[in-house]
Amino acid sequence: MTTGVLRRVLGKLGALLLTLFLASVVIYSAILLTPGDPVVALAGGVRPTPELIAVIKAEHHLDQPVWIQYLYWVGGVLTGDFGTSFVYKTPVVDLIGSRFGITLLLVLYTVLLIVVFGVGSGILAARRRGAAEKAVLVGTSVGVAMPTFVVAILLIFIFGRLLGWFPVFGAGEGLLDNLYHLTLPAISLSVLYIAYVSRITRGAIVAQAHSEHVDTARVRGIPSERIFRNHVFLNASPQILAISGTTIAGLFAVSAIAEQAFGIGGIGSLLTEAAARKDLPVVQILSLLLVALFVVLNAVVDVVIAFIDPDSARSRRTA
Amino acid sequence: MSIGQLAGGRISPVARRVAQRDPLFIAAGVVMAAIVLLAVLGPLLTPYDPNQLYVGPVLSPPSVVHLMGTDDLGRDILSRVLAGGAASVFGPVVVVVLSTVLGSTVAILSAWYGGWVDAVLTRITEVVFAIPGLVLAILAVSMFGKGLIAPVLALSIAYLPVVSRLVRAGARSELGKPYMAALRIQGVGSLAISFRHLLPALLPAILAQSTIGFGYAMLDLAAISFLGLGAQPPTSDWGVMISSGQPSLLNGAPEQSLFPALLVVLTVLSVNILGARVTAWAERADA
Repeated sequence: MTTGVLRRVLGKLGALLLTLFLASVVIYSAILLTPGDPVVALAGGVRPTPELIAVIKAEHHLDQPVWIQYLYWVGGVLTGDFGTSFVYKTPVVDLIGSRFGITLLLVLYTVLLIVVFGVGSGILAARRRGAAEKAVLVGTSVGVAMPTFVVAILLIFIFGRLLGWFPVFGAGEGLLDNLYHLTLPAISLSVLYIAYVSRITRGAIVAQAHSEHVDTARVRGIPSERIFRNHVFLNASPQILAISGTTIAGLFAVSAIAEQAFGIGGIGSLLTEAAARKDLPVVQILSLLLVALFVVLNAVVDVVIAFIDPDSARSRRTA
Repeated sequence: MSIGQLAGGRISPVARRVAQRDPLFIAAGVVMAAIVLLAVLGPLLTPYDPNQLYVGPVLSPPSVVHLMGTDDLGRDILSRVLAGGAASVFGPVVVVVLSTVLGSTVAILSAWYGGWVDAVLTRITEVVFAIPGLVLAILAVSMFGKGLIAPVLALSIAYLPVVSRLVRAGARSELGKPYMAALRIQGVGSLAISFRHLLPALLPAILAQSTIGFGYAMLDLAAISFLGLGAQPPTSDWGVMISSGQPSLLNGAPEQSLFPALLVVLTVLSVNILGARVTAWAERADA
C-alpha cells in the first residue's frame, strides 16, 4: 500500500463525510419545506392533541433556532437515538431494528444472484462467440426492461398460481425458511441488474481482450486460460466493480418494491408505509440510513478499485 | 444503390437507419410512435368508461366484447390501459425535460465559469447523486402527500447529476476548442455562444442521455405508483393497475396486471433500443 493510495483513501473519507453531512441537512430540511405547521408534519399529518403538541415540541426542540434543532436531531442519530414515531407510537430505532435483518438478508441474496449470474453470463458471452453470446445479448436486452414489480407479478402468477414451488407471501421463520421465502423476491429484484451487470461485464472483457498487452501475452505463448484470468479479467474488473457497485449500493432502497409485492416486513415496506401515513420522523431517519448505506458502499467499492488499479479509481466520483 | 447513397450522404440519421433496414430500430420506432399515440389519443378511443364498475362480469378473460378482459371490479381493462397511458407516458417526459434543462444549465454554468462556481455546483450535484431517486421521491411524498406531482419533481432533481456530469464534461472539452476562443475574440456574447454553438454541439449526447433517462423515469414512476404512493386508484395509471391486479393473480386472472406490465416493458425496451442507436450516433458525431 503506497502513500498515494492512503492519501486517496483519506481524501475519499473526507468527501464522504462532507456528502453525508450535506445530505443530512437536505433530509432534515424536509420538516421546514413541508407545507403547514411543522408540528403537524412531525405528528404524521394529522392535527395533534394539545398534549401531543407539547411532547413533539419538546422532543424536536421546536422553540429553539432551526440549526440547534438540526444539531439535536443529528446528535441523536449519531448516538443511536432516532426519535419517536407519533404514528406508530414507538421509538424509531425499534421500528427499524426489528425490520433491518430481513432486508439485509434479501439484499445479500440478491447481490449473490447478481454477481453469479450477471458476471457469469457476461463472461460467457464474451468468451463463447456464436449461439451463447446471442442468447445472452437478447436475454439481457429484455432483462434491462424488466423492472422488479413486473418480474414480481410474473413470479407470483407462475409460482403462486401455477406451480406452487415457492411461497409468494411473507418472510417465514428461521434462516432456512427465510431464504426459501426470499427466493422469489430476490429473483424479482435481481433480473434487471443481472442483465445490466452482464452487459457491462461483457463490454469490459471484450474491450480488454482486444488490447495490446493481451496480444503480447498471447505471442509470448501464455496459456489462454491464464491470459484470461491474469490479463483480461483482472484489468476489466475495475470497470465491472465500479458499475455493479453503484447498482448494488442502491438495492437497499429498491428492496422496497419487492417487499411491497411479496408482503415482507423489512425497512423498505416500513419506508413505504411511513410515507403513505406521512410519518415524517420515520421517513427522514430511513432516508438518511439509505443514503448512508449508498454512500458508504460506493466508497468501499472505490477503495477496492484503488487497490486493484490505482489509475482507474482516480476518475471515479461517487462520494 | 441504396437510398442513403442516392441522397449523397446528406440525410438525417433516422432516414439512414430506415434506409439501411435496421429492423430493430424500425420496430422500436414503430412501438414508440404507437405508445405516444396511445398516450395522446388513448382517452378518446376507450370502448367503455374506464372507471365504470361492472361493465362486464368480474375477471373475465379476453373476449370479443372485452379485448383484454375485465378486472376484479368488472371494469374494462383495455379502456383502463388506454386511459392510463397519458399519465404513464407524460410523467416520465416531464422528468426528462426538467432534469435535462436543469442539469444542462448547471453544467454549462460550471464549465463556463470554472473556479468556485464549478466547485460549489459540482459539490451540490454530488450530494444529489448520493440520494437515490426512489428515496428522494418517497421523502417528497411524505412531505407533500401522495400523487404524481411530488415524485415527478423529486425525480427531476434526482436525475440532474447524471445529466450535468455528462454535459459538464462535454462542455469543458468543447469550450477548450480553438473555435470557441475565436468566437469570444470576435465579441460574440456568452449567451449567443452557449445557445448557438455550445448547445448544438452537445445536443447528440444530451439527446442520447434523455432517451435512456425516459426509460428509467418510466420504471421509477411506475414503481412509485405500484407502491401506492404515486397516482391513486381509481386512476388507471399502469403502475396502479399492476399493483391492484396483484390479488387476482392467485385467482388465475393475470390480465389486469399483465397487460399494463407488458406495455411498460415494451415501452422501456423500445426506448432502450432507440437510446443505444442515438448514443452510437452521438459518438460518431463526436468523433
